[in-house]
Amino acid sequence: MLAAARPIDCDVHPWLPGTAALHPYLDPFWRDQVVERGIGSLDTQSWPVLSPKSIRADWRDAKGRGADRVELLRAQSLDRLGTDTAILNCLAGVQIQLNQDMAVAFARAVNDWIRAEWLDRDPRLRASIILPTQNIEAAVAEIERLAPDPRFVQVLVLVMGENPLGKRTHWPIFEACVRHRLPLGVHAGSAYRHPQTSVGWTSWYLEEYAANQQAFQSTLASLITEGAFTKFPELRVVFLESGVSWLPSFLWRLSKTWKGVRFEVPWVDRSPFEIVRDQLRLTVQPFDVPTEMVPRLLDQLRGERMLLWASDWPHWQYEGDAALPPGLPEALLPRILRENALETYPRLLQGAMA
Amino acid sequence: MARHVVAPVADIAPGGRHVITVGERRIVVFNLGGEFFALSDRCPHQGGSLCQGLLSGHVESPAPGEYVYARRGEMIRCPWHYWEFDIRTGKSWFDPKRVQLRQFQTHVETGAALQEGPYQAETFPVRVEDHYVVVEA
Repeated sequence: MLAAARPIDCDVHPWLPGTAALHPYLDPFWRDQVVERGIGSLDTQSWPVLSPKSIRADWRDAKGRGADRVELLRAQSLDRLGTDTAILNCLAGVQIQLNQDMAVAFARAVNDWIRAEWLDRDPRLRASIILPTQNIEAAVAEIERLAPDPRFVQVLVLVMGENPLGKRTHWPIFEACVRHRLPLGVHAGSAYRHPQTSVGWTSWYLEEYAANQQAFQSTLASLITEGAFTKFPELRVVFLESGVSWLPSFLWRLSKTWKGVRFEVPWVDRSPFEIVRDQLRLTVQPFDVPTEMVPRLLDQLRGERMLLWASDWPHWQYEGDAALPPGLPEALLPRILRENALETYPRLLQGAMA
Repeated sequence: MARHVVAPVADIAPGGRHVITVGERRIVVFNLGGEFFALSDRCPHQGGSLCQGLLSGHVESPAPGEYVYARRGEMIRCPWHYWEFDIRTGKSWFDPKRVQLRQFQTHVETGAALQEGPYQAETFPVRVEDHYVVVEA
């Protein structure tokens, strides 16, 4: 049913099975270090592997793991849904490392693992460059290292990092994104430098998962108020697994207050509503809105170019093959399933590397 | 449209403001370096009284982190939600086409001219040798 639209899935998650999978891609020092120090897994608390949300039950193996081989992605998602192109966003715990040298080594290894064991094995796949944001220079260097490969179509950071994302210390990353026509992907998840909510640490996974929405709001406000969107008008930011329905009400408050205190941020020289429509994109899985409210949400958002389809494989967001959130109007589906992604990710049109 | 005498020129110092009531309308007159500008005192947002607002300058920015500050004392901010209006034009900064204050023409007239009329609402004695701010409303 989706296949006729040649859909582009903007958020699927290859799951790193463990550091052993990275051995071929680590230099000898770090390869020995992960063995000697007994670093077996890069799973993080943002996605506890056995949490029901993390991997859908029928997509798990006998040990409860999954999503760690390209064959599984093909069989569980690409072939079933008729996906034309899918963008891999690996959530292995790279950004969480406190040792920045280790973070850089792991980021490089994860990116090379993605390239060799996923991108090289299915021509439908594209990927985000995982960034070691602990070190901005190293993050830029990683973009430069991988940008020549057109199958990397985006860079990826977590929504809860070390500092609010719009801060000017991050701007060299944005500059590199613009130079290489790579959108900045911001995915749910935390580097655990701060509590996952602005009021403190959570007790439950449920709290933490829902708290990502607050983090997306704060990240968006940071990108706007710090002037990142103004400085880099060509920068496209893609919120991944962010939900969507919170956006109009948050923007209402932000834009309304901006009218009164815009002198504080004079570089924000137009309404945040307009900036967001031009430069922000969001994936629709999860969508966080009841079916009957979808038209109203879309009317408030006035953003028919803003939404991107994603299955969020292997996260448990839907049953069977119902990978499209219900309620999206038929007339918008060509945009949401394909055209918006092609506009957002210019490198998709460069095609597969020979 | 009638002409109303606001105050003697000497009573509204540069940087100062003065409110008059014309019928049911409140009009605020500002002195910007000797030029007088009259605006509706009612903010188009929710009706805040602009004459009680903060007088400030205008800041723009060619790039994040750079502040170009000019026209000190020529922007009035509504005390309720801080919307800023250009005293010279009545226009809001953030949406100058749709959100603006009504402007009224002002003149400076001699007391001698005023005594010939037709003028309204003088609540103070007009002296031939003085100058007065007059607003058309």
